[in-house]
Amino acid sequence: MIPLSHYLVVGALLFAISVVGIFINRKNLVIILMAIELLLLAANMNFVAFSYYLGDLSGQVFVFFILTVAAAEAAVGLAILIVLFRTRRSINVQDLDSLQG
Amino acid sequence: MTLASLNLWVIAPEILLSVVACLVLLIDLFLPADRRPGVGYPLALFALLGAAMASLMGLDNGSMTALNELVISDGVGAVLKAGTGIGTAGVLIYSREYARVRGLWRAEYLVLILFAVVGMMTMIGANHLLTLYVGLELLALCLYSMIGMQRDSVRAAEAAMKYFVLGALASGILLYGMSLLYGLTGSLSLAELASSSGSFAPTNLPLLTAVVLIVAGLLFKLGVVPFHMWVPDVYDGSATSTTLFLSSVPKLAAFAIMLRLLAYGLGDWVSAWQDMLAIAAVLSISVGNIVAIAQTSIKRMLGYSTISHMGFLLLGFLGGTAHGYSASLSYVVIYTVITLGAFGIILLLSKPQFESDALSDLKGLNHRRPGLAFLMLIVMFSLAGVPPTAGFFAKLLVLQAALENGFLWTVIVAVVMAVVGAFYYLRVVKLMYFDLPDQDDQVLSAPELDHVSTAARWVLTVNVLSLVLVVPWIGNLVDWLTRTLGTFGRL
Repeated sequence: MIPLSHYLVVGALLFAISVVGIFINRKNLVIILMAIELLLLAANMNFVAFSYYLGDLSGQVFVFFILTVAAAEAAVGLAILIVLFRTRRSINVQDLDSLQG
Repeated sequence: MTLASLNLWVIAPEILLSVVACLVLLIDLFLPADRRPGVGYPLALFALLGAAMASLMGLDNGSMTALNELVISDGVGAVLKAGTGIGTAGVLIYSREYARVRGLWRAEYLVLILFAVVGMMTMIGANHLLTLYVGLELLALCLYSMIGMQRDSVRAAEAAMKYFVLGALASGILLYGMSLLYGLTGSLSLAELASSSGSFAPTNLPLLTAVVLIVAGLLFKLGVVPFHMWVPDVYDGSATSTTLFLSSVPKLAAFAIMLRLLAYGLGDWVSAWQDMLAIAAVLSISVGNIVAIAQTSIKRMLGYSTISHMGFLLLGFLGGTAHGYSASLSYVVIYTVITLGAFGIILLLSKPQFESDALSDLKGLNHRRPGLAFLMLIVMFSLAGVPPTAGFFAKLLVLQAALENGFLWTVIVAVVMAVVGAFYYLRVVKLMYFDLPDQDDQVLSAPELDHVSTAARWVLTVNVLSLVLVVPWIGNLVDWLTRTLGTFGRL
């Protein structure tokens, strides 16, 4: 049987990749949206792994809620992305500089 | 399990608001375009006030849980829910004219506000990590959409995107922390978390990691340094009516989840999170007050001022005592009233083609609108914490609480920085009373708003004057708020 720690390492890696993806990325907003999804999946990975090893179902129920929220979040995020592209003709992260100070 | 055992009436305010939100959306479909917001607005207003009344009626029932312990209704929850309902009603009254002339006043705007309130009330009544997370996301998604609704504005789109990315990052971090807590304690219930977290050693590394992640997520949501980057941009880029909403009532909900998660769930771990909060508080009081001096836009200045006020709010959490939490509760309630007044005045000063959001637009306001200038004076004195206003007592209480818990250096920095902050608040007073408006000013030439409703004027006057008139009874108010807190914290 695969030990719990393997799953937790995968979860931690996903978490790290997504946080790095949000902060290092300077080109494309869509990649940031993908990183945000990955962040939620990292948490899901932990919840499912813990839920299985604890023999407790509530963690898996939480995952369903997170998946639903992630879908809503992606919808809102893409909608904002479209508004942004319409007003500015660009989804480059570096172009988001009209608010400063 | 029967329907009666779910205790559904505990969540009556949330049910009422959800039903009315759906009704507003539906009614809008069947009305001619010119009558649409006319029906949704009073409906939403009554629902908000009704929800506030319903929460206040649960005030004396003591603490009880519902929906299989997913939600809890207790004194502090009732007060915060009522505050959310009444505050949001004020938001609707203030922003009506402003949003109407800018084409934002559609049923969707009302629906987003109502669902945001449902999210806040879910957060306030959360007794489980699941309800806490779902409420948080419901609030956040509504706020992102409200900012993005101003489709033709470049600045609003940018503000919405920045808020979305940083807000989603914060929820992700919070969620990851929650998953670690779940793995360690084997339960998602805050009550079980509270009873089992005491059995871990203070050096338990996984639990420390979870606490750090959760504190970081909460501070992000609160907008405290070093997680404050979104606050000024979002305040500045959104339409003023949206800024009014997102700067005022959500702070009550943010306080509630701090209370539920840190003070209750992780209450035995005070020593692990109080130093993080102390550093964040000192940093945000300093950065907020110093950077605010350099701003030329009122909204941006108030954004930095919010950062410093949230720092003050954190001072009450240091030490984890009941006294401190009650000081923070008083602070957040008074702060919400002040913010409603501040952005309400800016909304009333704006005109159809003119935002009135630069500091120079306030020059000579006393000559043009002496009444509004006087209200702004009270608001600025309250924000600065000048004695005859409620803002002073709010600051006094949190500083006292921090001092009692032995955070002397934090208090010294906070007081020095409050003096620095007084500079930019009093500069607004100077601009209004001692400067003359520029002659070719847009302020004078722009056409007046044809009818700012008398309701908005009266509510704003009562709102701002209450900051001074409440002072003789401020002791009773604080005592009452303290009693609602019940058993939170160590005595």
